[in-house]
Formats: sequence, structure tokens, C-alpha cells
Amino acid sequence: MRDKQRTDLAALLALVCAVVALFLANKYLDDYKIRIINLSGIYVTLGLSMNLINGFTGLFSLGHAGFMAVGAYTVALLTMPISMKEMNFFFQPIVPWLANVEVGFLPALLAAGLISAFLGVLIGAPVLRLRDDYLAIATLGFAEIIRVVFTNTQSLTNGALGLKGIPNYTNIWWSWGVAFITVWFVTSLIRGSYGKAFMAIREDEVAAQAMGINLFKHKVMSFAFASFFAGVAGGLLASLLGTIDPNMFRITLTFNILLIVVLGGLSRITGTVISAVVVTVMMEALRFLDESINLGFIEIKGVPGMRMVVFSIILILVVIVRKAGLMTRLKGRESSYAEN
Amino acid sequence: MGSISLFLQHLANGISLGSLYALIAIGYTMVYGILRLINFAHGDIFMLGVYLTYFGVLYTSIPWWLVFAIAPAVTGLVGILLEAVAYKPLRESPRITILISAIGASFLLQNLGIVFFGGRPRAFPVPRILNHVVKVRGVSINVITFIIPVVTILLLIGLSYFITKTKTGLAMRALSRDYETASLMGIDINRIISITFFMGSFLAAMGGIMWGARYPQLMPLMGVMPGLKSFIAAVVGGIGNIAGAVVGGFLLGLGEIMLVALLPRLTGYRDAFAFVVLIIILLVKPSGLMGSGQTEKV
Repeated sequence: MRDKQRTDLAALLALVCAVVALFLANKYLDDYKIRIINLSGIYVTLGLSMNLINGFTGLFSLGHAGFMAVGAYTVALLTMPISMKEMNFFFQPIVPWLANVEVGFLPALLAAGLISAFLGVLIGAPVLRLRDDYLAIATLGFAEIIRVVFTNTQSLTNGALGLKGIPNYTNIWWSWGVAFITVWFVTSLIRGSYGKAFMAIREDEVAAQAMGINLFKHKVMSFAFASFFAGVAGGLLASLLGTIDPNMFRITLTFNILLIVVLGGLSRITGTVISAVVVTVMMEALRFLDESINLGFIEIKGVPGMRMVVFSIILILVVIVRKAGLMTRLKGRESSYAEN
Repeated sequence: MGSISLFLQHLANGISLGSLYALIAIGYTMVYGILRLINFAHGDIFMLGVYLTYFGVLYTSIPWWLVFAIAPAVTGLVGILLEAVAYKPLRESPRITILISAIGASFLLQNLGIVFFGGRPRAFPVPRILNHVVKVRGVSINVITFIIPVVTILLLIGLSYFITKTKTGLAMRALSRDYETASLMGIDINRIISITFFMGSFLAAMGGIMWGARYPQLMPLMGVMPGLKSFIAAVVGGIGNIAGAVVGGFLLGLGEIMLVALLPRLTGYRDAFAFVVLIIILLVKPSGLMGSGQTEKV
């Protein structure tokens, strides 16, 4: 018990330090840097939510971009001023039941999470009996379907034109507040009996079932939690960027989150938080690879795409170097891909 | 134009699109049969094949028909390289690990494409002989629409000869039936896996050339959608089963074209069609139409 108290104390201390650091950053840094800090917070939430399902529960899901899209559009449509909606939907008027809705940021975020979680249950219930690679491709498929539907529902999402003029509610306190809540939630979930059940499912489904764990219930639950936070993070992102369109939510977005989760370590909470911040900052810091820099006396030509080349190589290298250690497992038993 | 001839035109389009899906799907299914791995980067190998052909035709003095043979062979070598770099070190690792590596490899190829080929779309140099419209009993159809299924069938005959009649083909079948036992029987696994990747990539590049002739716009991300759809075709037919991949490819290509032709209101949902089919198949018959209904071993 003393160990737990000590880690709790350490966590509290870290939280206080983080809040002070955020306060200082908010006060002294310029808009661009604050934007990166916001993005980091959002990616912390995203990384943890993906880790909950891919790491702790061992269900390889690639549907995050889809859930983020749902959350982003929910927040955008709920918080956008009525006059702005008319300007956005010049092509085809918005559906009447949304035309005169304008709510605060918090209810909109909650709605984003809940709708996303509801969708997670709807999607999860049928596909979660699939395993490994099949589950990956099915969830990827659902994310694509969501994107295609959003591209076509002109009167609901404004289709491919996207939405502009979403109010910028997201600030450091929102993005990192949600991130801290996510850290707290995932940590307590994992420490509790649900978390134990999730990890038991990851280790060995059959044994878990024999121990009386309801596989279906726990898998769907983990999936719903993950989609809730993905939806909230999507909402934060929409409000941070101010403009969204369906093409933002391609598999590339899921790839970024997967990168964070793999670099930080599957089923690692602290690792995910650190790697979310590092990756987000690096994504910005390495932007020079894509763009030309003019140093006054010499111009260095950037090559578009180079940044993602670097990140793909990092991902492959990490996977190869860590090999079996990628998943922190209680024991080494796991069917290698050439076996079953 | 009568509705019958219109229908025939759609049918021809569907068959030619289906042939392309089938050619790409074979690569997925062959690799999955032996390694139980979804080669996520296969669609990007397809893209690479198209670009190699593009540069071969425009920037070398080699005649176009020879480029059409050399470029797929080079793509095949890239396939071998891909396996050696990204998959071979992970052969004993958990399946998720290698899947992540495959996703990484796919992004690497896409972004290398952006770096080296540029993000701007390019126009595929279609030889005049492959690109003119003929009128068959009132139906005007581009000649490439006929060439695609014919070439596909020739390639399939070659492949089936290779798989059933040669010793390497026998080794491939043995490995996909029972990896462990076959490896104990003195089969050189590394060689067979390399050959599998070569053939899969070769066929994908062949499909890519015909894709370029049919839809002549080249982009570094052009492999993503055909790749995913062909993978779905392989699952629909029963992954690991080559005949199944071909059947799945044709079904998916025909289905997609017919959806757009018969229900024009759903045109925007064209890209979602394949995924809906995938999810239905996974829920109703996960082993696919021609799969062997193998149960998961505990």
C-alpha cells in the first residue's frame, strides 16, 4: 500500500509541476508554441485512448480517425454560431434540427464523446469477435466508411467543403485538462478490476473466459471508452484548428497516433504521455525537412514528404529493435505470426 | 444507345476493373497464405510499379513494350527488399508487431513516393495502340477495357502453371498448408518467401501498368484505395486461396461499377461499398467464399 501512496504522491507532484509549467507557457510563449502545446495535450488523450484498446486490451484497432471525425463534427456543429452555419452551408441548407442549435463547449465536448462512444458500441459489438489483423482491417474499414459518409451528407456535414469558422474554445487548460482526466481515468481503470479483466483478455482470451470474464462485455467496454476519448480529442482538435473537412480524417491521422503508442510502448501510460509530447514537438520541429528555409545567404531546399519518411523509418526501426518486447506481456507466450 | 448495350458497357468496365483488383489481390493472398501477414505495403508496391513504368517510358530509350516487362520485374525486386528489411527480422515476433511494421513500410513507401516523384499528379504515357475507342455494335469502348481481362487471364494461366506444376510452386503450397512441417522437409523458406514476394509484386505492377493505361493519373497515394479494395477482394474470396482472390476481385470490381451504374445516387459512396462488403463477409463468413473454414487454433 505504501508503494501506491508513494506513486500517487509522485503523480500529484508531477501534476502540480505540469500545471505551473503550463501556466508559465501560457503566459510567456507565442501563439505558435502554444498551439503546439495544445496539440501535444490532444495527442496525449488520443495516444492513451488508443493504448487502452490496442495495448491494454490487446485489440488491434485502426479506427481512431473515424471516431475523431465524429467528435470533431459534433463539436463543430454544436458550437458554431447560427449565422456562421448559414455562411458555411451555402451549397445546401443544413438540416433544420441543427440549424438553430448553439451550445457551450463543455456540453459539446461531452456530446462528442458520447456520440462517439455510442458509435463505438454499435461498431464494436459486431466486429470485436474478429482478431488481430482482421479486426485492424475491419475498424480501418469503418473509419473509411465514416469519412465517405461525411463527404456525402451535404446537409449534415457540408460534405467535402468542410466546415469553417468553428469557435476557438480550445486553450491550454482545455486540451491539457482533458489529457490529465484521461491519464487519471485510464490509470484508475487499469488498476481496478476492469483493467485486470482487459489485460487478462490480452494475455489469453480462452483462459480469461474460463475464469469467468465476459469477453464481449469487456471488449465492447474498452472499445467504448477508447472511442469516447477519441471523440473528445477530435472535438478539441476541431475547436483548435477552426476548420475541418472529411479528408483530415484519413488513415494518416491514425498512423500518427499509432506511432505515438508504439514509441511510448504498448500498455505504458507514462511512456505514451512522453511520446505524445515528443512526437508532436518533433513533427513541428522537423517541418524544416518539408519546407525550404531561407538563411539569407543560402537557401536550403526542403523536400515535401521527407518528414513522414523520417517518422516511418523511426517506426519500423523501433518495431524491429524491440521485436517481441513491443508488447509488455506478463509471460512470453504468444503465437508468432508464422505459426498458427 | 439501348439499355442492353449500356449494360454491356458497364459489364465490360466492371470486368476490367475486377481483373485489376484480382491481380493485386493475388499478392495479398499469396503472402497471407504463407506468412499470415497482411502486407499493408502491397498497394504502395503497386503504386511504385506504375511510377517505374512512367519513368521507364518517358526517360529511357527502351521501347515501351519492353519497359512494360522490365518495370514489373524491378518492382518484384523491391518486393523482395521490402520483405527482407521490414518483415524478415520479425518472423518470430507476435503478429501485431509485424502488422505495425507493415503499416510503417506502407507509409514509408508512400512518402518516399512523395519525396522522389513529387506530390503533383502526372499523366501516364499510354501507348496509342492501347488507347483508342472502338465501336462494337453501337457500344463504344476503349480498347484497353478488352486488353485488361485478356492480359489478366494470360497472367493467371502462367501463375497457375507455376503453382501447380513446378517444384517451387509445390513448396509454396506446402508452406501455406503447414509452415512448420514444410520447413522441416528441407524447403528453403527464405527463398520461397522471396519468390512469393517477387511474384506478388510483379503481378501488382502488371496490374498497375494496366491501371495507368485505364485511369492515367499518377499520384504517390494512388495505391492506397486499390490496395485496400484488393485486400478486401482477397478476404471475400477466402484469404490464402488464389482462385478465391480472383473471384473476389471480379465480384468487387463488378459490384462497384454496377452500384454506380444502377444506383447513380450512391456514386459518392463508391469507396465505401468495398468496406461494407468486407464487414458483411467478416461477420457472415470470415473464411471467405472459397476459404477452407479453418478454426482458430487454441
